[in-house]
Amino acid sequence: MSEHLHGTHGQLDVAPGDEEEVRVGPRLLGYVVGLGLAILLTATSFFIAGTDLVWQPSIPVAIIVLAIAQMGVHLVFFLHITTGADNTNNVLALAFGLLIVFLVIGGSLWIMSNLNHNMMPMDQIMRMQR
Amino acid sequence: MVDTTLAFSEGGAHRLRGMEESVVVHDGPAPKRIVTGYGFWIFLLSDIIMFSCFFAAYAVLLGQTAGGPSGAQLFDLRSVVAETACLLLSSFTCGLASIAADVRSARWYQASMAATCVLGLAFLALEGREFASLVSQGAGPTRSAFLSAFFTLVGCHGAHVSAGILWLLTMMAQVFGKGFRADILRRILCFALFWHALDIIWVAIFSVVYLLGSAA
Repeated sequence: MSEHLHGTHGQLDVAPGDEEEVRVGPRLLGYVVGLGLAILLTATSFFIAGTDLVWQPSIPVAIIVLAIAQMGVHLVFFLHITTGADNTNNVLALAFGLLIVFLVIGGSLWIMSNLNHNMMPMDQIMRMQR
Repeated sequence: MVDTTLAFSEGGAHRLRGMEESVVVHDGPAPKRIVTGYGFWIFLLSDIIMFSCFFAAYAVLLGQTAGGPSGAQLFDLRSVVAETACLLLSSFTCGLASIAADVRSARWYQASMAATCVLGLAFLALEGREFASLVSQGAGPTRSAFLSAFFTLVGCHGAHVSAGILWLLTMMAQVFGKGFRADILRRILCFALFWHALDIIWVAIFSVVYLLGSAA
């Protein structure tokens, strides 16, 4: 572990996945808390998907919000991506990755729904080809 | 620039040419563990971007069932709950293996990695059973655009888990044969990152593919 101790002058980065905490007890507790939160969020997700206790149109939004929350839990408790100064490079790489992910998914959905909206109904196209 | 380059290779304080008064302090190149971990982190992010393309395809093709069965008719959520439990617990045992490697406990390391392997294999068995039952119902990847997108996305994640299990067994063998050398500890760090990232992708899959897909 001596490899990623802090230098004598200036602060070194930490590798993604590495923790600043080196004692076993608190590290173990971190994984237990992460697992507990992940189970809680997963259970809520599956419960909400099958229930009729909540307003139905809110279900997809709730599932997506719970999924994003759970990904955050995994990032913090399992991958140890934090907001610390020694983690800046890891966070910036993650932020850029997320930007591309949102561009790809959001852009695809936007373009395809726009095309669907503007396309002539299929029976009219068939009639024109006749 | 020559001065700067030399200073990087030597590390420590040095003076820039023509700036006799200012002492510039460098830490030198980052330790290899950070360089390796960061490089692997960038690879994982690019892998996640590749998955985002499959997610976009799935979301666009969700309704294109070509008269065939839809997600609501096909998906068995009990099996998905079991798969999710396997992957979540395996992520936890993988974390235990990282701690065990850092305190150089070979016994705990091998036990945690073995548990991770068993849970990963259980996940693959459940997924294989699900795929086989879909194909036998006539809902294989060639049935509709929706099912093509489904099998591509979920199958790609399954292929990653299979590769991860091969890597896991390799890491168990390397620690058994060579002990906790610095290079092997770096590989364990990368493996843990890979395994946790697969779990994050699975969270997106069970939410978007199974829960939203069976609602649509």
